[in-house]
Amino acid sequence: MKKRSYIQYLSVPFAVLATLASCQNKDVKTVVEGNVTDQVYVAPGEYDEFYAFLSGGFSGQITAYGLPSGRLLKEIPVFSVYPENGYGYSEETKAMFNTSYGVIPWDDSHHIELSQTDGEFDGRWLFVNGNNTPRIARIDLTTFETVEILEIPDVAGLHCAPFVTENSEYLVSGTRFSLPIPQKDVPISSYKENFTGLINYVSVDAKTGEMDLAFQISMPGFNYDLARNGKGKSHGWSFLTTYNSEQAHTLLEVNASQKDKDLMAIINWKKAEEYLKQGKFTERTTSYFHNLIDEKTGIAASQEMKTTRIIDPKECPGMVYFIPVPKSPHGCDVDPSGEYIVGNGKLSADMSIYSFDKLMAAIESNDFAGDIDGIPVINYESGLHGILTKPGLGPLHTEFDGKGFAYTTFFISSEVVKWNVEKLEVVDRQSTFYSPGHLVIPGGETKKPFGKYLVAMNKITKDRYLPTGPELAHSAQLFDISGDKMKLLLDFPTKGEPHYAQAIPASKIQPNCKKFYKIEENKHPYVAKGEGQAKVERKGNEVHVYMTAIRSHLAPDNIEGVKVGDKVYFHVTNLEQDWDVPHGFAMQGAATAEILIMPGQTRTLLWEPGSVGIYAYYCTDFCSALHQEMSGYMRVSAQDSNVPLRWSLGENIEDKVEIPES
Amino acid sequence: MFIAIISLCGVFLFPLWKITLDAAQFPGGLELNIWINRFSGGEEGEYIIQNINILNHYIGMQFIEPDSIPELIYFPYVIFGMLLLGIISILINRQWGYVSWTTLLCILSGLGVYDFYLWMYDYGHNLDPNAPIKVSGMTYMPPLFGEKDLLNFYVASYPATGTFFLCGTIMLAFLAFYFSKKTQNQ
Ligand SMILES: [Cu+2]
Repeated sequence: MKKRSYIQYLSVPFAVLATLASCQNKDVKTVVEGNVTDQVYVAPGEYDEFYAFLSGGFSGQITAYGLPSGRLLKEIPVFSVYPENGYGYSEETKAMFNTSYGVIPWDDSHHIELSQTDGEFDGRWLFVNGNNTPRIARIDLTTFETVEILEIPDVAGLHCAPFVTENSEYLVSGTRFSLPIPQKDVPISSYKENFTGLINYVSVDAKTGEMDLAFQISMPGFNYDLARNGKGKSHGWSFLTTYNSEQAHTLLEVNASQKDKDLMAIINWKKAEEYLKQGKFTERTTSYFHNLIDEKTGIAASQEMKTTRIIDPKECPGMVYFIPVPKSPHGCDVDPSGEYIVGNGKLSADMSIYSFDKLMAAIESNDFAGDIDGIPVINYESGLHGILTKPGLGPLHTEFDGKGFAYTTFFISSEVVKWNVEKLEVVDRQSTFYSPGHLVIPGGETKKPFGKYLVAMNKITKDRYLPTGPELAHSAQLFDISGDKMKLLLDFPTKGEPHYAQAIPASKIQPNCKKFYKIEENKHPYVAKGEGQAKVERKGNEVHVYMTAIRSHLAPDNIEGVKVGDKVYFHVTNLEQDWDVPHGFAMQGAATAEILIMPGQTRTLLWEPGSVGIYAYYCTDFCSALHQEMSGYMRVSAQDSNVPLRWSLGENIEDKVEIPES
Repeated sequence: MFIAIISLCGVFLFPLWKITLDAAQFPGGLELNIWINRFSGGEEGEYIIQNINILNHYIGMQFIEPDSIPELIYFPYVIFGMLLLGIISILINRQWGYVSWTTLLCILSGLGVYDFYLWMYDYGHNLDPNAPIKVSGMTYMPPLFGEKDLLNFYVASYPATGTFFLCGTIMLAFLAFYFSKKTQNQ
């Protein structure tokens, strides 16, 4: 969901809103039926059945929750720096924030995509988009750490991302805001002539998960909003909704809401692969960054990529089609069989459901109503499976339960509606509190959904929780969908503004979870694999401290010979080889952050002392009975002083041999 | 007797003793397996010695350093020796050969257990006077056989599969002695 939506809905007649408001008030009191606590209560010592990964929206991160308990398990930093563990502040992770725009310490993360094998979640990786500075990140699910970030060039507002194909061959994304390509200084009013939209295909290495921008398809300058890839019979195709086919560039809430129908783009990516092989692309010089963490060293490195391959549909027939969709579509969802594609318009009272077979038949028989920039437009009726009439107001997103039913969120009428995909009949509706954006059913995007729970991610929380000033945590609501009727089970607060989530049985992740990094596999250039290797080195005005951390001391814990103006690098290796024993490292007055070092890992904190004196450093993660004693002192002398560089642990520093300065 | 020798090889394939340390902070417990020539942990317990040493340093117990325990080096040779003697006893195939072999193995096993006891006594009693945690009157010797509370740990110490093979060997060797007696009597 975008901010735009709120504004847009202001244009909906006031009377409608007033009626809805009264409905909601009535519903609040009849929320929960029966004794549902048994269903969400996960007893102490027991585990949740599912991991749910929620995007953080403006927090730029991802949160992992347990279902059905709604317990927060972890916040995974992705696009925003995270002083809590030093992500983005440690020398190892700084490079993760490099982009062609410079270092960007935040983003707006929207859509969670778990990797798939044969149309089912395989529990290996998690992908998420950065909406603002167009990027896609990969999280390794053995460690729950962000290991890669790939920038997407020449797009703006990468909202429509990163939708995965059924064997994780590609992550598909589309630009939300079209731009001049290459960027240039042109009047904004020349939008129609100068602006182009790009649909991007990022390939995923089947073994390592490493991402690569395989190709981009140049499209008319519309707003590409959401996408899904085909599965089963429709594998090899992507479906993307677009709005602003009016190509407006000002007051979009009115000017991009004029046409009764917008468009859905239908892309045959297997065909695009063929054209790519035939060399039917233009290589364009541009700039985008690829940031990847080396598994052995744990250090992120950035590579500036300078070329991209663009395929033009005008020169590649049979690759891209359009079909009209009702007014201002948002969601675009493919059912588990791969046959039905829901492309609803958020400003339309009806929902259009397309049939893959009919779309293919229409393409086969050239059943077109014309073309846009050389892209054939399929006749609306020809591709339609049918219309779900008046299911609610403001349809947004749809997920499936694998039993023939679809569940759609309605933003304006604030409800989740269950409907039969084949028969196009509404069978149940439940109020939400309030204004749901996305919803998720574990596996609800895959060929085999686990149709047991549904989580609605609500945009407004008023009166659900104890007030916390003007801002309230967003609310997620858990429904039991195992029966004929949806049953509300639980409200739980979320971090940031979750846009989409995916949930996966714990059994697919839990057994592969890494408990610590093996120290013998640590190839960090500044690792100290034992206290015997702890040392301090000076290289000009750089001081490198090879420090170790183990319960309950840091080695060395007395350091002298550092001067004002030095750059002090603390390379801290956690020597522990046990689960759940991270150590922290914090330096008094450090202008960066603290760092958390996982067992077997090395992390580096840069500290630049500004004045002479004695500075204390310590472990920030309560690690042991003697955690409070896990500390040390650094002596900082004047720039011209001749205090020798020396260090110690457990003995008088005066007894240490002086190391000659290099 | 031949089976007895085979069975004796079992001490190389399985740990002799198992000490389990249970505490709230260690779900599933810490498992220390003592082999004829090394130490090992239970499932995922590759780093058992390091983790036990980290715990022991609070109360001033010495670090367990398998490399500095000579028994782990020469015990395997003792077993090799016994295997060789066993083969010789088969070749001799005399009652006295079997009985001396069995007796020798019994004595050696007894000495082994006693040696193990001495090590544990030393670890449990010989504490660093500067240890951060001192509990007056407390020693930390794990039980040789049985279970015991040691501060926040509940320690269980029992023979493991290897020891059963050793006992089996002794029994089989005794049988060899018994049957060889019969055959010779006939
Ligand atoms: Cu610590």
